[in-house]
Amino acid sequence: MEAVPPRARVYVACVVLGALTCLLPLPASPTTWWAVALLAAVYAGCRHLARRNLAGPFYPVLLAAAFLLPPAAAALVPLPGVLFARVGQRPEGLRRSWRAAQLALAVWAASRTHGALGGRDAVAASDFPYALAPAGAAVLAFCLVLTALDGGIHALVERVPARRAWQGLFTRSLAPIGVHGLAGLMMAVLWRSPYGPVAALLVLLPMCVSWWAYAQYHRERAAHRATIRALVQAVDIKDGYTRGHSERVGQASMMIARELGMDDERVEVLRFAGILHDVGKLGVPTRLLRKDGPLTPEERRVIELHPEYGHEMVRGISFLGEARSAILHHHERLDGSGYPYGLTGGQIPESARVVAVADAFDAMTSTRSYRRARPIGAALEELERCAGAQFDPRMVTALARALDRHGWHPAVTAEDGVSVSPPVPPAADREEVRR
Amino acid sequence: MSRPLLLVLIRGSALLVALLSLGVTLWTGVEERGAALAFGVLVLVGEVARWNGAGVREAAPLGAAGGLSYALLGEDAGRASHHGAFQAVAVVLGACLLGSVPHLARGEGQTLDHLARRILTVAFAAVCFQPLYGEGAFGDWIGPAYALLLLALLVLTALCGAVLAAASAHCRTRWPFGPLLREELRGLLGIGSAVCATGAVMALAVAVVGLWALPVFSLPLLLTQLSLRRYAAVRSTYRQTIDSLARATEVAGYTPSGHARRVAALSRAVGRDLGLTEPELTVLEHAALMHDIGQLSLVDPVPAGATAGLPAEQQRRIALLGGAVVRQTGVDARVAVVVERQADPCREQPLPARIVRAVNAYEEKARDAGPGGSLQALEELRLAAEYAPDVVESLARVLSRDGLTSPAMG
Repeated sequence: MEAVPPRARVYVACVVLGALTCLLPLPASPTTWWAVALLAAVYAGCRHLARRNLAGPFYPVLLAAAFLLPPAAAALVPLPGVLFARVGQRPEGLRRSWRAAQLALAVWAASRTHGALGGRDAVAASDFPYALAPAGAAVLAFCLVLTALDGGIHALVERVPARRAWQGLFTRSLAPIGVHGLAGLMMAVLWRSPYGPVAALLVLLPMCVSWWAYAQYHRERAAHRATIRALVQAVDIKDGYTRGHSERVGQASMMIARELGMDDERVEVLRFAGILHDVGKLGVPTRLLRKDGPLTPEERRVIELHPEYGHEMVRGISFLGEARSAILHHHERLDGSGYPYGLTGGQIPESARVVAVADAFDAMTSTRSYRRARPIGAALEELERCAGAQFDPRMVTALARALDRHGWHPAVTAEDGVSVSPPVPPAADREEVRR
Repeated sequence: MSRPLLLVLIRGSALLVALLSLGVTLWTGVEERGAALAFGVLVLVGEVARWNGAGVREAAPLGAAGGLSYALLGEDAGRASHHGAFQAVAVVLGACLLGSVPHLARGEGQTLDHLARRILTVAFAAVCFQPLYGEGAFGDWIGPAYALLLLALLVLTALCGAVLAAASAHCRTRWPFGPLLREELRGLLGIGSAVCATGAVMALAVAVVGLWALPVFSLPLLLTQLSLRRYAAVRSTYRQTIDSLARATEVAGYTPSGHARRVAALSRAVGRDLGLTEPELTVLEHAALMHDIGQLSLVDPVPAGATAGLPAEQQRRIALLGGAVVRQTGVDARVAVVVERQADPCREQPLPARIVRAVNAYEEKARDAGPGGSLQALEELRLAAEYAPDVVESLARVLSRDGLTSPAMG
């Protein structure tokens, strides 16, 4: 949000005004101030922990406040935690007030809904299962307000259609917020019980652990992705002129797989197959890979070992699944003249036939040291000419159709081999609604 | 006490407690069947969803918390409950046995030890609480004090559970007891605290709202269990990827096959002997797996990948190249530091780098020497100045204890 559009500023100002209106009846309403202070302090503490661990949002405390306090008082609870937290991204003031106002409005709406359905009495009398109904309605209201406001700012800053921005957000956040709502309800019930706030705060411990595990999971997954990329980079270091080739083959394989109607998991595996198809080149002497001019038959035989080397390297990585056989067989041809095993037709695994087409396509359409890139149309013609003998015609047609529909936009790959990720939407605290 | 005897003692007492509780419960009949059934189902669900992966401290947090809360249950929606300690153990035992069936059918995991620990901890909590509660000894503890009392009992139970777990791990693996206990206690801060808190909260919540509290609160905890499971799964794939990155040098013909894995396994054993913590051991293991990766940047392989015989200057150059590669992989930056400094003079090195260097040298010297090569290699390491004496001594201890002249784990 380096340059915030003026209309987004106006939008934030409106939301802040709305939040202030919610707080107006505060002096007149009977409020247990110590409860507000305690909940606000707990929320601020949790938020602080969340920042340190890069975890997602944490709503049980806010929802418990909505179940326990009158609307105006409940809307106060998120404020200290948000207003005094470090943001780290500019413009800080705007982000802070936006986030505070958004949460205050959401909590107010939840508390209002809950109160209107008689939830507060149900909580005090621990009247189960009736207490679940107002709590469910309150969670729905909380989620609606939160995602509607988020969708609004996305629509204004990124100019996506408002409807699309909102729909995805709502369905994604409802389930996690629902679970947070159950924990919040338990907190509220225990808070009102003879055991008091001590017992209520115990509810937070397991939630925190779940949250921590979730953050760890994401951190570890990011590290894992980076390691896969490092395997590819290692190939790039040795084989200078194929820079970016692996990532592009991954992308083309993914497009073919999607066109063939494979499920998401298989598509992802095929993307990895494309990315890692040449990993075995690590085992080929650098001199051969970089050699200019024709290779002797002996040298060719050494280079043709790379699918087997690659398979040897990745066979221990269980999540790669059928990508492993794609790596082993991506140089087989339908007529049986390929390597390493000379398989024919249907003997060649489907994944390998996908990667073979993607590999040939990118090899033709990218510039190599010894020739210029061919245009996409010419490359497709060449693929169709070889379909049947070398390539599976089904894969070639799928690639042509996918290119027709989506075009070919290979990911830009920087000089050091680190692929530049697509620009991240800059909306404030995006991760707050994800889970 | 000798190790097998300790193991027999743990399992024997668990069996004794189980038989006694079953017998007494069958004799007297089941009190409050609804509550017994609800908690039984809760434990059963937790056990079925158990995760048998490696490196998971509490495999079934939901099962553990459910069992403990049943042991500490004093009231059900305001009415005092009358199930005693024996019934609590019997219900948990039944649910655990049923929940183990799918795991046994798939032939996974150390079900017996898991069961023994679960029964002993639940029995401990129930015996501490139920008889005294039945006599009305906790009559003065009302409100928040009662909540804190339950929590204190659970902490005590968790401590006992940690000692038990460390003891059985000690019997199984023959690793020193002290560090194992420390690891278990450290684990209590994470998932252990969540299990304790949930046990207390469930017992209190059932006392307030009745059995409705169980489904309401077990859903968030099931989520915790799933999060932990996913975390463990991604950890293991990550480990596999690092393994194959380490194998790159072998495929490329720079190092002999299996070298990196052997150095990693032996380094981990030495690190454990020297009292490193679990996160430090992970860093050490990853660094050991990738210690030769700098050789990928060489145009010509070092003969047999034996870096220990090279001039110091060249060793340091390869180490720096390796550190640069590791930095790009997105692995913990501490791993890169260890790889980078493995060739520095040993007085300036951090401990993990000293371990990797000495173990690598040992592996290279010992692997071709045949029988007796191990002792000769150790002797060479003791005489050479570049290997830290404390690490070499620890290596000798590990080798003699485990008979790991050529470790084949991984």
